Amino acid sequence: MIYREAGDFKTSYAADNQTFPIRGDRIAYYMVLAFAFLVMPFVINDYWANAIVLPFLIYAIAALGLNILIGYCGQLSLGSGAFMAVGAYATFKLTTAFPGLSIVFVVLLAGLVTAGVGVLFGLPSLRIKGFYLAVATLAAQFFLIWLFTQQPWFYNNSPTGMISMPTREFLGMPVTGPRASAVNMYLLCLVFVVALAWLARNLTRGTLGRRWMAIRDMDIAAEIIGVNPMMAKLSAFAVSSFFIGVAGALFFAVYLGAAEASEAFGIEKSFIILFMVIIGGLGSILGSFIGAFFLIVGPVLLKLLLVDQLGWSTDLAAHLEIMIIGALILLFLITEPHGITALWRTIKEKLRLWPFPH
Amino acid sequence: MPDTLLFAMEAAVNGLAAGVMYALVALGFVLIFKASGIFNFSQGVMALFAALTLVGLQTGQIPFSHLINAIFGTRLHHFGFTLPTVVAIIGTVAVMVAFAWLVERYIFRHLVNQEPIILFMATIGLAYFLEGLGDIMWGAEVKRMDVGIPQGMSETVDDLTFAWFGYGFFVDTLEIWAAVIAGLLVIGLVIFSQYTKQGRALRAVADDHQAALSVGISLRFIWVLVWSLAGIVALVAGIMWGAKSGVQFSLSLIALKALPVLILGGFTSIPGAIVGGLIIGVGEKLFDFFMQPIVGSATENWFAYMLALVFLLFRPQGLFGEKIIERV
Repeated sequence: MIYREAGDFKTSYAADNQTFPIRGDRIAYYMVLAFAFLVMPFVINDYWANAIVLPFLIYAIAALGLNILIGYCGQLSLGSGAFMAVGAYATFKLTTAFPGLSIVFVVLLAGLVTAGVGVLFGLPSLRIKGFYLAVATLAAQFFLIWLFTQQPWFYNNSPTGMISMPTREFLGMPVTGPRASAVNMYLLCLVFVVALAWLARNLTRGTLGRRWMAIRDMDIAAEIIGVNPMMAKLSAFAVSSFFIGVAGALFFAVYLGAAEASEAFGIEKSFIILFMVIIGGLGSILGSFIGAFFLIVGPVLLKLLLVDQLGWSTDLAAHLEIMIIGALILLFLITEPHGITALWRTIKEKLRLWPFPH
Repeated sequence: MPDTLLFAMEAAVNGLAAGVMYALVALGFVLIFKASGIFNFSQGVMALFAALTLVGLQTGQIPFSHLINAIFGTRLHHFGFTLPTVVAIIGTVAVMVAFAWLVERYIFRHLVNQEPIILFMATIGLAYFLEGLGDIMWGAEVKRMDVGIPQGMSETVDDLTFAWFGYGFFVDTLEIWAAVIAGLLVIGLVIFSQYTKQGRALRAVADDHQAALSVGISLRFIWVLVWSLAGIVALVAGIMWGAKSGVQFSLSLIALKALPVLILGGFTSIPGAIVGGLIIGVGEKLFDFFMQPIVGSATENWFAYMLALVFLLFRPQGLFGEKIIERV
């Protein structure tokens, strides 16, 4: 009754081409935005921010980035953890070298630095593909993490080998460091998430996105119809790394505050982001958010249940947790290999016809 | 001879030994990839799981004792008996075969015809599941693997090299044994795949799934077979690595060591896995030996990957891999 196209007439080209063609979708989108900007800042507290909301927002950016690379351009990458580390270390180096620079600007610059590194490690994709490429991106993972843990220049010779974020203000309010309040951190991340999701959505439905998808579907055929594979693949690596770099910068600067490369940005990070993309749905912006939500909230719920309710020891709960995550991934792949968004799509189809089956 | 050269030679010999260990893990990957096109990321965790099971059976641990204790408040830990090594190994092989059957029956049967990336993701999920299962079943503490393989410096090599060069090389006896066992394993696999009925069927499946199906080969049986073989290879790798550095979580990370070996040797070639392993083992040790003063330590974390990456640019299908021909 509520959710359907009938009666929603488009009278202009722009209206016909909008992101959410169905009114129900549009209303839901604006309501989510209004809730995120107008309600959440007043109800958020430190626990919720640190346990769920901040990691969700930050991982959503990273998942968006990886989704652009894997879901839209078809290039398998296992180096996202290291690219997050590049973003984090670029933020650290930039903000300690130029303390006066605005934090937003620093984060964006860190994203650009990561984009450059991403293009560099994306070069092999011009020669190789599939699993060979996945292993090649692992080279980035191990080499970059080694660089950040073994070369003192990157962590300013700090004796612990850790990098820690000094307090930085935006519009007169501290957003990083120990004095930052949950609301400030939340709003900073939220602005980045909304802006980048908007960017990703519009990139992927424009010329660039179509080139990526042509390469994904069949690279040789795409080349024959005039898509330059080098530009398409490298631009996908650049954009994807930019997103992941921004995510890494926020992860370090806002969420962690202090980090050590091999612990915070190890290969597990790469896998978790990959899981988010797969579980959420390849080639879907909404899917990146759903995947991130699922993998952030799931472990928290499990921990609440097992440790706080049943009183099990934390290491037993941790083992059970990875086992359940593994089993869930298998279950998802078997029942719905195209992710939760595919389920959502089916539900939408049903909703349009509801209450009549045909 | 100058000392540096001798030291470098010693590093190279040790690299060869390490390379054999890498090749052991890579073998399991190649087996499964050839027969089913699945890039099995869980090979490393399978090695860990096999090693945990072996130790658990040997020492008579009660499976899931931590979980049972947490639920029922009991204090179980051991049955109170120990099993001889041979019995424990047979038991572990049985467990790995059962695991292979379960994997085929409940996971990959439902994923036939999916894209390779989905299958790859499934094996990552499997790796997580198996890792958690191994820890819950047998406990996460570091265990000692003792199956009677001698360890420590090899006197023979020491004496021999001392007689030749006036400087005794340090080589671990365990690694010599590992090389011998790896050799036997490869010979066994080759004999199996060349001279038995099932081996021939296996090669047929590796060559062409559809053609194999059409002449009446059961794809499912072959998959169970090949996962069992990979499980046995994982057990051997688990024993060797477990004896070397203890049975613990880091054992599962050897899968990451085997990936560049695969790239170098080609995903579909058993000799490639061995040669690739040796090249990477030697290269890694020599690079560390010569470059450590310049770039710092722990280069073995990434050197193999960088070597593989550079190599890929010149030969994308690996040393012994099949030539990739693409058509639209």
